[in-house]
Amino acid sequence: MIRQLFNFKGGVHPPQHKHSSTAQPIRPATLAKQLVLPLHQHIGESAVPIVEVGDHVLKGQKIARAEGYVSASVHASSSGTVVAIEERPIPHPSGLNAQCIVIDTDAEDRWIEHGAPVTPYTEMPASQLRNLIRTSGIVGLGGAGFPSYIKLNPAGCQIDTLILNGVECEPYISCDDMLMRERPEQIIAGAKIMRHALQAKQVLIAIEDNKPEAYAALVDVCAGEDFEVVQVPTLYPQGSEKQLIKVLTDKEVPSNGLPVQIGIVVHNVGTAAAIHNAIDLGKPLTSRIVTITGDGVAEPCNLEVPFGTPMQHLLDQCGGLRNDVDRIIMGGPMMGFAMHSTAIPVVKTTNCILAATKDNVTPPSDVMPCIRCGACADVCPVELLPQQLQWFARAKEFDRAQEYNLFDCIECGCCSYVCPSNIPLVHFYRYAKTEIWSQEREKEKADQARQRHEFRQSRIEREAAEKAARLAKKKAAAQAGGGDKQAAIQAAMARAKAKKHAQGSGPKNTDNLTESQQQQVNKADEMRAKAQQIAESRRAQAQAAMTDKPGNTAKSDSDNQAAKDEKE
Amino acid sequence: MLLNTPSSPHFHGPSTVTKVMLRVAYALIPGMLIYSWLFGWGVIINVLLASVTALATEALMLRLRQRPVKMFLTDGSALVTALLLGLALPPLAPWWMVLIGTAFAIIFAKHLYGGLGFNPFNPAMVGYVMLLISFPREMTSWPAPLSLSEVHLTLSQSLAYVFGGNLPAGIKLDALTMATPLDALRTELSLNKTMEEITASPIFGSIAGSGWEWINIAFLAGGLWLMYKNIISWHVPAAMLGSLALISLAFYFIEPATYASPLFHLFSGGAILGAFFIATDPVSGATTPRGRIYFGIGVGVLTYAIRSWGGYPDAVAFSVLLMNMAAPTIDHYTRPQVFGHGGK
Repeated sequence: MIRQLFNFKGGVHPPQHKHSSTAQPIRPATLAKQLVLPLHQHIGESAVPIVEVGDHVLKGQKIARAEGYVSASVHASSSGTVVAIEERPIPHPSGLNAQCIVIDTDAEDRWIEHGAPVTPYTEMPASQLRNLIRTSGIVGLGGAGFPSYIKLNPAGCQIDTLILNGVECEPYISCDDMLMRERPEQIIAGAKIMRHALQAKQVLIAIEDNKPEAYAALVDVCAGEDFEVVQVPTLYPQGSEKQLIKVLTDKEVPSNGLPVQIGIVVHNVGTAAAIHNAIDLGKPLTSRIVTITGDGVAEPCNLEVPFGTPMQHLLDQCGGLRNDVDRIIMGGPMMGFAMHSTAIPVVKTTNCILAATKDNVTPPSDVMPCIRCGACADVCPVELLPQQLQWFARAKEFDRAQEYNLFDCIECGCCSYVCPSNIPLVHFYRYAKTEIWSQEREKEKADQARQRHEFRQSRIEREAAEKAARLAKKKAAAQAGGGDKQAAIQAAMARAKAKKHAQGSGPKNTDNLTESQQQQVNKADEMRAKAQQIAESRRAQAQAAMTDKPGNTAKSDSDNQAAKDEKE
Repeated sequence: MLLNTPSSPHFHGPSTVTKVMLRVAYALIPGMLIYSWLFGWGVIINVLLASVTALATEALMLRLRQRPVKMFLTDGSALVTALLLGLALPPLAPWWMVLIGTAFAIIFAKHLYGGLGFNPFNPAMVGYVMLLISFPREMTSWPAPLSLSEVHLTLSQSLAYVFGGNLPAGIKLDALTMATPLDALRTELSLNKTMEEITASPIFGSIAGSGWEWINIAFLAGGLWLMYKNIISWHVPAAMLGSLALISLAFYFIEPATYASPLFHLFSGGAILGAFFIATDPVSGATTPRGRIYFGIGVGVLTYAIRSWGGYPDAVAFSVLLMNMAAPTIDHYTRPQVFGHGGK
């Protein structure tokens, strides 16, 4: 049965250059003396180290755990001693450093105890399967490095199609091609696990028609399985998820949406093999196949490389770097990024190391003005208007750039590739995107500051109003209720007197007094009465003063203090 | 070791502005040769004169604007402007006219707007229209096709006429010139002759004017080659010729006595040259695929309208310039639907 294929608009046919690296079978890379394992080799949160400097680790031992939902664990890719956990250069376009676990290998390459789980995956609940994949550190090996277990969660959607992406449309890269040729059974085994987790109705394996050997190998192992191997015509950037889905199913993934929303999940063939190793053999992800190619190396080939191996170590194994190397690119020539050093380690997303000479890449040449020919729009796989986006980016009209869907751009580079004026179009879009992001951050900060200011302002006003209201209430109370207070005092005194009087009614020590004693008592009573009189007249004076000067200053002071505390 | 880290893509295709412009120039060669085969040396003299003027003016303007002279002089854009203008002017036009028109096109229509890529109007057509308005007599004095004329000027005689206005002894200007088919049609129709009577004249040839039909067929071949080479898209030529054919067919159908046939319209004057080489100018035209269709329709309809009811015999230049003005608006309203935005 020949499947009906569809087209996405645009695309280009850059020269392939794949044959140079497919002449030899995949070889294991030799073990480097030191491995540098970045904690951030994937999309999402960095992993958190769970080993300490000085610890001895075994191959496959987890050395950093996934933190948060979108994250992946990191495992030691060989046995040895952790000698540092520090910032080292990592493969990133910024050229900045990031936290890495550095392991001095002991040349034994000894595996941690591992084995297939007791329960076969077919009897495992999907969530347990996903958790195993998560703890095995598996991320998309096609280049993006998105944690795979998330993409194996149907999230309540009915999955119609699982697509295995063996398109590998970028020039020079051949790691997936070689994997499909040499280890097709691993891919199929992984695909079965994925299908089980997703409960997908059908499985398609897409391969471009420039890889007939890989196609034949997969067709071979798929005999008797209900997997369909589909050969698609070579066209860059067909390996891009959304474009591939369009070609195979004629469905368009909504902008800003995920394939799972339309019942489709796409995984790279390398990821499938890694999942097979993790689930069926219990081996976490510690290595991958990397294409080392370009005229800059004498013997282009594909190596199975433990993560953390410095690129220089691999280049040396391929005959060393030639003197006329112009740049070292991680990834392909269309979307890969040039690295500033060869000491940078191989990570989970390193599919290719392209040691390019001036002949391999297009040297920078004069940029002419845009002649509005529209060749860029003809090849844009997202059907954008690259030319207009470029004008808006130049003019810093970022609003209009967004109106023209700048953020749908996948930076595939087709527009720059065909531009007769040699305008670095993708560069302009990256610039515009970064500017917009930074503006958004600034705006967010400004918004927060404004909100804080407004809140403080309103609180101060509210407090002032409350204080005024309280004062007014007190004043009113003092004016209206001066008599009440006095009455209360009188009442209290009366109560005290009555109490005293009541006490006097019981037997007292004054009952059986002698004459002289009685006289003394009377004298004392008189003096007390006199003193009471004086005291009362003083009290009356004080009360008169109080009614003259209303308000209670002491209370008001304490209020102020409370308000101050609240402010701080 | 610190390495070079330019950003992706690290590949660039073979296309350059120079290649694009030179291909357009190559595609004009067959039409140019047949044109001069049928109308004499005047065609070649026009084209060469315009080319030299264009390159000299371009170099001068680049120097004045302090732009890299070599890079822009070799981009081929001035050459294409010169070729188009040289082919649009009447053969044997006086040298100063070619010079003024070309210099005006390069200086005013191109460089004063910012040079390559920034001119809102097609420079060659601006030069043509300026000359048509300023020197209407010279611009409508067309030599007769050699097949219909007894006088054949040699190269030196042609040069003498172009540069000095001297005709060989015994030859009068009247013997040399003849109305073009479009011109003749306009004049005769205004004399209330019927189409049948008019087209019986030998200048009308078999479909669209003696000689003219062959020139246009040669330009058509060049245009199709450009399309095959992906230098131009099909949108503008198809829309322009299609709309011109449809609208002329409609009027021809209603009143064949006073309206020329679609074939006549398609293969006379500058229709084919305009459709494949002038209206497709990317800089001054619409740039979205749908926009190019509207742009082409506009040029086609305006060409027919001006030819049939306007004051000038041919109308491609005016139509193109009018649509140039509309191009930014057309682009704004014809943005394609972006992938994943409400398609399938």
